[in-house]
Amino acid sequence: MPLLIFSENCGFNSTFKILTMGPLIPNDIITGDWNFVIAILIGIAFGFILEASGFSSSRNLAGVFYGYNFVVLRVFFTAVIVAMVGLLYFDYFGWLDLSKIFILPTFLSPMILGGVIMGVGFVMGGFCPGTSFTGIAIGKTDALFFAIGLFLGIFIFGEAYPYFANFYNSGNMGNVTLTDVTGIAAPWFALGFTVIALAAFWVTAEIEKKVRKNMKEYKF
Amino acid sequence: MNKNNNKRPHYLNPYFGGVLLGLLVIATFYITGRGLGASGAVKSTVVETVETLAPQHAESSPYYSKYIPKDTSPMNNWLVFESFGVLLGGLLSGVIYGRVKKFRVEHGAHTTSAKRLVFAVLGGVLFGFGSQFGRGCTSGAALVGSASFSFGGVIVLISIFGTGYAVAYFFRKLWI
Repeated sequence: MPLLIFSENCGFNSTFKILTMGPLIPNDIITGDWNFVIAILIGIAFGFILEASGFSSSRNLAGVFYGYNFVVLRVFFTAVIVAMVGLLYFDYFGWLDLSKIFILPTFLSPMILGGVIMGVGFVMGGFCPGTSFTGIAIGKTDALFFAIGLFLGIFIFGEAYPYFANFYNSGNMGNVTLTDVTGIAAPWFALGFTVIALAAFWVTAEIEKKVRKNMKEYKF
Repeated sequence: MNKNNNKRPHYLNPYFGGVLLGLLVIATFYITGRGLGASGAVKSTVVETVETLAPQHAESSPYYSKYIPKDTSPMNNWLVFESFGVLLGGLLSGVIYGRVKKFRVEHGAHTTSAKRLVFAVLGGVLFGFGSQFGRGCTSGAALVGSASFSFGGVIVLISIFGTGYAVAYFFRKLWI
């Protein structure tokens, strides 16, 4: 569904043109003044989806590690495959210039270590940053304490930074994609993720059924 | 699901929630060219706090100084506004589904509120610390990074959840 916009500066040609190319703000189709309004609106949608999916509860989130609630895996994997396939379609139809979107840079060893530390933090704290915000919103004290912890953790990092600055900046591969690293085209990764996700949905549903039989006090 | 449980909280179907979240990631890229995030907003808050309390320390720090803009506040940042929206959106959903209540602690059946809060802070400290090495957390790195085919995003995704499963046994008393 191409979006139609009224175009004033097309002059001699047509008064309507088919809006083809995102991203809108980097391409100056929406001016930067709207940036923060859009940020809040996108945030509202993000917070709503997280809370409505049950991510404001640490027990729901931690369930993914103990087999009694795989809601994290279902929402997360579905979102990744929808976004992957969607971005490829947007690129294919010429609606979005994928070369203009931000690709998270790769710093290999620091990011592996970061993920390991975050993994321990996830199991101990029962939240991740975004989900803790939604927990706070509905009145979870544990979410508030987790967010205070986040603040302290980043503060400790900032203060101690000189001791590991070299490591922090090591392994810089630039803004590389899976395709840049492996030479395999992006659609194959989208397909691979989809197959893994579908298999995981089926396997975890079976695990969940067995584990839940032994949990009487938890309201699913 | 569990038919015996008539007090079951009402959540979105997880696959429907996932589709909505995936569409939101696409929309965010389409509009802004960037993705969602969460830990970045806490980082801005830390930088703002340090800069307010100890401006010279912040400006001489090789880390904080990277995030102090010349002509504006560190809080004047896309992710800060977005995270404010996350609070509002969470509140909106909580109001609609009747989950907004006065502040309370949620914990597993075999632990106490005090213990839960101690581990919540410790978990937060680790998550905040790790997110700096990871260049983002579950939102910005694992979800949006992976969805946009970033190699680093997938590394963080595998690393967070792989470690979670590896250490879950040691913290089982907190949850089951």
